[in-house]
Order: sequence, then structure tokens, then C-alpha cells
Amino acid sequence: MGKLLMALILTICVMNGQKYHVGRAATPEEIKAADQFIPPEGTGLPPGKGTAADGRDIYSRRCARCHGAQGQGDEEGPLAGGKGTLNTAKPLKTVGSFWPYATTIYDYVHRAMPFDNPGLLDANQTYAVTALILHLNGIIGDKDEMNAQTLPKVKMPNRDGFVKDNRPDTGKKKK
Amino acid sequence: MPNNQRRQFLQISGIAALAGCSPQGTTTEEEKLPSALGKPIRAYGERSPFETVKRAVPDLKRPQIGSTRTPLTETEGIITPSSLHFERHHAGVPELDPAKHTLLLHGLVDRPLVFTLADLKRLPSASHIYFVECAGNSGGEWKAPGGPNAAASFGLASCSEWTGVPLRILLAEAGLKREGKWLVAEGADVCKMSRSLPIEKALDDCLVAYAQNGEAIRPEQGYPLRLVVPGYEGNVNVKWLRQIKIVDQPNQTKDETSKYTDLLADGTSRQFTFLMDAKSVITYPSGGQKLSGPGFQEVRGLAWSGRGAIDRVDISTDGGKTWEKAALQEPRLPKAFTRFRFPWNWDGKETELVARAVDSSGYMQPTREELTAARGMNSAYHYNGVKVWKIGADGSVKNG
Repeated sequence: MGKLLMALILTICVMNGQKYHVGRAATPEEIKAADQFIPPEGTGLPPGKGTAADGRDIYSRRCARCHGAQGQGDEEGPLAGGKGTLNTAKPLKTVGSFWPYATTIYDYVHRAMPFDNPGLLDANQTYAVTALILHLNGIIGDKDEMNAQTLPKVKMPNRDGFVKDNRPDTGKKKK
Repeated sequence: MPNNQRRQFLQISGIAALAGCSPQGTTTEEEKLPSALGKPIRAYGERSPFETVKRAVPDLKRPQIGSTRTPLTETEGIITPSSLHFERHHAGVPELDPAKHTLLLHGLVDRPLVFTLADLKRLPSASHIYFVECAGNSGGEWKAPGGPNAAASFGLASCSEWTGVPLRILLAEAGLKREGKWLVAEGADVCKMSRSLPIEKALDDCLVAYAQNGEAIRPEQGYPLRLVVPGYEGNVNVKWLRQIKIVDQPNQTKDETSKYTDLLADGTSRQFTFLMDAKSVITYPSGGQKLSGPGFQEVRGLAWSGRGAIDRVDISTDGGKTWEKAALQEPRLPKAFTRFRFPWNWDGKETELVARAVDSSGYMQPTREELTAARGMNSAYHYNGVKVWKIGADGSVKNG
């Protein structure tokens, strides 16, 4: 019986693909701590909220030095503007003119900003700064609240501006 | 001997004298063979003090965010020395303790797992020679073919032997679920560089690499762990790899939306343009060099393609009017640098040198005109047009 059970377990493991039994099981806690990815549908967005008005203070103290008081850019590229420039000789790619998903703003600000102290902003501050960046681009109002429900619903102006890789578009076939 | 070279020679002679190698320390240009014992054995080798090839380090306000390029004209063969591999960092080089660093594999798997470096080194390993090329390599050429030399225009590409665990082995250990169609890989740099990749590529030839050119991966290249994604743009070869999450759709991270997407003339942008198309560059003679005079010159260069091996490199010594095949140095490996050579007798007149690569899929490297006709001038990434070097009657080599 014991042998049979062992054989059964072994068979299940092999069918499952596990072969070497190297590595240890990850705990739910360590997965939760590491997994800060925010996909477009907003899965993983934490509780909290913020408006553009709420975000002005933290933005002016922690973001404006590099990105400009109105998101026009300074030491770093602009966050706002560029509407209607993508098909011109001088395209200006900003959050407002180019980024396809609003969730990406939360994802990136939360994990990587401010540059000199990444991870500094809590959830409310991150929602507020995200709201302000959207507002500076005229996408939401000054008092529109961003939270786990509202942020994924924001439709970015260039949401439909991305196409699949259809190369090779050059490089004629040799005979 | 020019003054700066003489100074260098004097310095080196000084060093040698201190080491008891050349007691005279004279400035003569004639080589004097050593008359005393040389240096003792040592634990870790360094190159000769006479060798000074370096990556040019640009003067940046924030040197943690930037890049250096491989000096392609001064490397030989197909392996880039690890010390000269190009760098592109988005938030500096983290210092990671290999005893503490782990790889978390989770998401749409039956068994989320944590691997230590020791765990990974127990698993079946594989070594392969692959190029890594930044998607932005030659990006400046979109607007005008302006790079002054081969390193400036092509140096965000390097080639190494990478050793690690095939990613498919780790996915099998964790039990990949059927709904798992993509993965998102994250680095341990402070910006947590993250990129999504289709699961087919992960199951094909991706490596979780811990070694480069026979030793541990260099810190600038992702020590202690790097995802190697053969033939795909450099940015998805996530350095300082700390987690892989299996997902059902791309995560749409900052670096796969706002960056590393290719803006076309009509204002739309191609996304997930992973593959690096065939490319070649003549490294000798190339921009900034000078031919000593008419007569025999061996034209040399490198070609590579993310679609497979290099099948052919054509050389034109008359600005593209006629083409002849270059000799290709074996081995010609898929998704790796291939060295080409072509014997040329320069007649001392002005002309243009051009190379074009053809890969094993039949793809031929396009001209700049073909590329811009297809995509416009604003793509920023994935420029692979042929490079024209102008040879002057005085032997000078300039951008064409």
C-alpha cells in the first residue's frame, strides 16, 4: 500500500512537471511583499484615495524639481502636454499624449519615484500624485477621486494608439 | 612618438622599473628584453598596463542613469570582454549579496517557489553565446546617419557566453498553469525594472543566467542573476533578476508602454517589438579611423540577427553599386555576433564602404531609406539600416 501510494505521488509529480524538487515553497507573505505589479484592470491596487488637489503639496515638494511645476518637464522629460503631436515631425511623448493605461502611473510612481527616495509615497499620496498628473493633462477634474475602482476606468487619450509588431516590414527576401 | 604616448610610456616604464622589470627606465623605442625575473603569480588576472581600451563614459548629471558603449573597433572575435560589455542602467547598479539574493517564481503556477543561487546552480545548466543589444542602439541614426564612429552608432551591442538554468526547467518545477500566457520579470534595481514576455519565449530559449564568459556575471550586467532572452531587445534581459510572475496578459509596465515602443509616422506605435532584426557594422575602416595609404586593407566587422544565424554579409566598396560576399568566421551561431572579413585593395580614391547582412530567415538588412519609408523618423528604437562609411582621398573615414 505504502509503495503504491509513493508510486502514485511520484507519478503525479512527474505529470505535474516537477522533477528536481529544488527550491522551497514561497510563503503567501513573501509573495504579497514582492508582488507590487499593477496590471491594466487594477488588480492589486491598494485601498486609499486621492485627488489632484490633494496631490499638489507632495508634487511641489517631491516631483516638481525634475518634472516642472506644471509637469512641463525640467531635468527630466515632461509629464503633461504633447496632445496631437504624435504624427508630427516633433512628437512629444508624455503621460497624457502617449501612455495607454492610467494604472501604469500608479505602478511606476509607487515602486520607483521619487528618484532619490523610491517607495516614499504611501497609497493615498500615490493616488493623489497620479490624479494630479492626469489632471495636468486635462484627463480628469481637479476634484475627481482616484482609487482602486476609479483609476482602472480612466481611458487614456492614446489607449488605442498601439499596434502589434508586424515586422518584417523591411528586408526583402533573398532568392 | 607623440608627447602623450611618450608620457604614457614613461609612466609605464616607471611602473615596470618599480616592479623590478626594466631597471633602466629609459625612453628608447627599441624593445629591451627583460634581464630580470618577471612578476610573480597572482590570484586574479589584469590586462597589460599597455592596454588602455575603455568604454567612453559620458559626462552625465546623473551617472546612475545612462549608458556606456562597447568599443567595437577595438575588440576582436565574437566575444565581448565582460569588462567592455555595454551598460544601460535606469537606476544605478545595485550591490546584491549572492548569499541572500533569491528568485521568486509565482503567479499562475501550481507551486510558487523561491530559489537561492545555490538552488539554481544545482539544476541542469546550459551555456550559449548570445548577443545582447539595446533596442535604442543606433537610435540617433533615425534622424540622420550622424554617429562619428562605430561605438557611438553601434556600441550598445555586445556578445557573451551566458551560463544558467533554462527558464522552462524552473517553470516545470513550479507547474505552469494553462492560463499562464505571459510573464513579468522584475529586477532588484531601485526602479524595479519590469518587463512582460510571452510564455512561448520563456519555454523556448530563455536562460536564468548566473555566469558570463566563464565567471560570475559582472555587477553592471546583473550580478548575481540575469534573465537572458536570446535575440530580443536588451531591456527584456532583466538584470538583477528577483522575481518572475506568471500572468495571463502583459502588465503594461512603464518600460513597455512609455518606452521601448516604436512610434510610426501615422502616430500609432508598435508595442512588444522584442526581436532585434539583422544588422551589421564595418569596424575597420570606420568613422574616426584613417587609412595609412593606398593598397591592401582588410575590411572587418560584425553582424548579428535576433532571427537566427548570419548567412551572408555583402560588402560594397563603391557606395552600394556592386556587392561581393565577405568571408564569415566560424562558428556562425544563432543570435550571436558573427565576424566578417573582406580583402580590399584601396586605390586611394574617395569612395564609400557599405556592409549588409542576410540572416538564416532570409531577411536582408535594409537601407536607411527603406526603414524610414516603412516607419518614418520617430521610432527611436530598432534602427538597423546599413551604415555607410565615407573614405576620403586622404584616407580619412567619416560617416556617410
